[in-house]
Amino acid sequence: MVRAARAALDPGGPGSEITLRDVSHRFDLDGAPLPVLDHIDLHVARGEFVALLGPSGCGKSTLLRLVAGLEKPSSGEIFADGAPIAGPHPSRVVVFQDPTLFPWRHVFDNVALGLEAQGLLKSRRGRVDQTLRLVGLDNFAKAFPHQLSGGMSQRVALARALVNDPAVLILDEPLGKLDSLTRMTMQGEIVNLWRRAGFTVLLVTHDIEEALLMATRLIVLSDRPAMVKADIRVDKPYPRHRGDPDLVSRRREILGLLGLEASW
Amino acid sequence: MTSVSPATERLSSQAAERQPAQDDAGRAGAPARGWVSDSVLSVLAGSSWLLFAFITLHWPDLNDWGRGSEFSHAAILFGAALILAAGLGAVSERGAARLRRSTPWLLALGLFFSLWQAATAKFGLLPQPFFPPPHAILEVFLDDYPKLVESVIASIKLELFGFSLGACAGFVVGVLLGWSRGFGYWAHPIMRFIGPLPSIAWLPIAFFAFPSSWSASIFLIALTTGFPVAVLTWSGVASVNSAYYDVARTLGASPAFLVFKVAIPAALPQVFVGLFMGLGASFAVLVTAEMMGVKAGLGFYLQWAQGWASYANMYAALIVMSVMCSSMITLLFKARDRVLSYKKAEVQW
Repeated sequence: MVRAARAALDPGGPGSEITLRDVSHRFDLDGAPLPVLDHIDLHVARGEFVALLGPSGCGKSTLLRLVAGLEKPSSGEIFADGAPIAGPHPSRVVVFQDPTLFPWRHVFDNVALGLEAQGLLKSRRGRVDQTLRLVGLDNFAKAFPHQLSGGMSQRVALARALVNDPAVLILDEPLGKLDSLTRMTMQGEIVNLWRRAGFTVLLVTHDIEEALLMATRLIVLSDRPAMVKADIRVDKPYPRHRGDPDLVSRRREILGLLGLEASW
Repeated sequence: MTSVSPATERLSSQAAERQPAQDDAGRAGAPARGWVSDSVLSVLAGSSWLLFAFITLHWPDLNDWGRGSEFSHAAILFGAALILAAGLGAVSERGAARLRRSTPWLLALGLFFSLWQAATAKFGLLPQPFFPPPHAILEVFLDDYPKLVESVIASIKLELFGFSLGACAGFVVGVLLGWSRGFGYWAHPIMRFIGPLPSIAWLPIAFFAFPSSWSASIFLIALTTGFPVAVLTWSGVASVNSAYYDVARTLGASPAFLVFKVAIPAALPQVFVGLFMGLGASFAVLVTAEMMGVKAGLGFYLQWAQGWASYANMYAALIVMSVMCSSMITLLFKARDRVLSYKKAEVQW
């Protein structure tokens, strides 16, 4: 436990490496077990940007919850920098599909949530302003969440995660509910933030194009219970372009893996 | 007991539906009229008060009631002021706008007082002494105000003590019910058993179980307030979006942080619904307790006035009581608007 905490606090670099060893997970549906993850082995290197793709309901988000420490796997082990994950830790922060900002807090206080919870707010107030500037919302520090648009809210959620200087940023379809223009902008922004800070990213998305534009590695999962179906490296330089013929052909390849080649 | 939660939702959805019926100022506004008809209405309102004064002064009373002339002189001044104010639109646009909102009501009140005066003091249409004329009630206010003030203070003290105690206890119990399964195991059955019981039913027992009728009344008011506050706080805490907890936990929140910085703020809108329900219910207990045992307060005043068959005193006490209760509800609304300032106001009181 002590070792785990020390390892998580001192990753020896900006990102963490995440290892899933033979991880299976079941939900209990009225006494009947529902297997969700089936013997997943996965190693994510420090600073990698990994996108998880898979059919709807296959267990991608569950996998993220396990890595975040919000739930414990039914069997198998998950390590962050070699130490087993025992629970949630601010070095591994999640951005959910819904911004889930606290409506009773100003934007500033929402972003400051993590520092406040860890008792660091007094010493690191400036970091909150800095992060708000980073996501372009420094003028909205005193606004309430209900006054923000969907894209702005998701930016606040992103700032709320980044202010903790996470070693792993866990993104659970963070752009899923945004309009396509905001989405394209934010795809670029997230990639830039990642390249600058160097943390490890785990991204769940249902959008293959998004995964190809952003990630260095794509993991394609099977139907529930999820198994790793394909592990694809994307070694293209950034910024990437939607029309890139190589990306287009990979998109087709992945659609095939997902059993959707007919829709091409 | 769980049925309370949908009822509250209905309450707030009704509140939301009512909103469009209100104008920008947030209150039901007077219908728009032209400048001339505004002035005419103002003159009419003034005349209605002059009419009241005329009836009171120049038509002998059937009986002997005091303060008729004082009331009439005040009405004359007021009526004259209203008639003069008809020309206010030319001087102050703002003052005229403010007056415009109330003139229909002032006219209606002037007519109502005139009718009341005629039906009681002049024609004796309404049975006496149950329906005293308006100036008899004024007489109570002018002559008996020390006792009325004393009663109001006693009532407010009792109500505030009982309500605060019940609200705090209900809040704590509600949070614990929503948060701790172990506490819920023991507290839930007790709540189900005792909660729905009307507090008044405890009255005979409370009055001998407690050292004084005053402390017994505090207990009863606290009990009445506490139950709805506990149930709604509980349902508020229990229905907090679990994603809020996930977010806070991944950011390093301790269990205490989850209770005080997530669950409670998220439940506050529900808590206020409980406070409103508790406050409304506690008024009934306050007055009953004062009538039955406490030798002070407006309820006691009512009881005492009834003993002397002085109905004017009873009406005076009712008016004071209504102002008192309404003010407390106003204060609670103000507190809610302050605490929940992040939300748009739902209902203007």
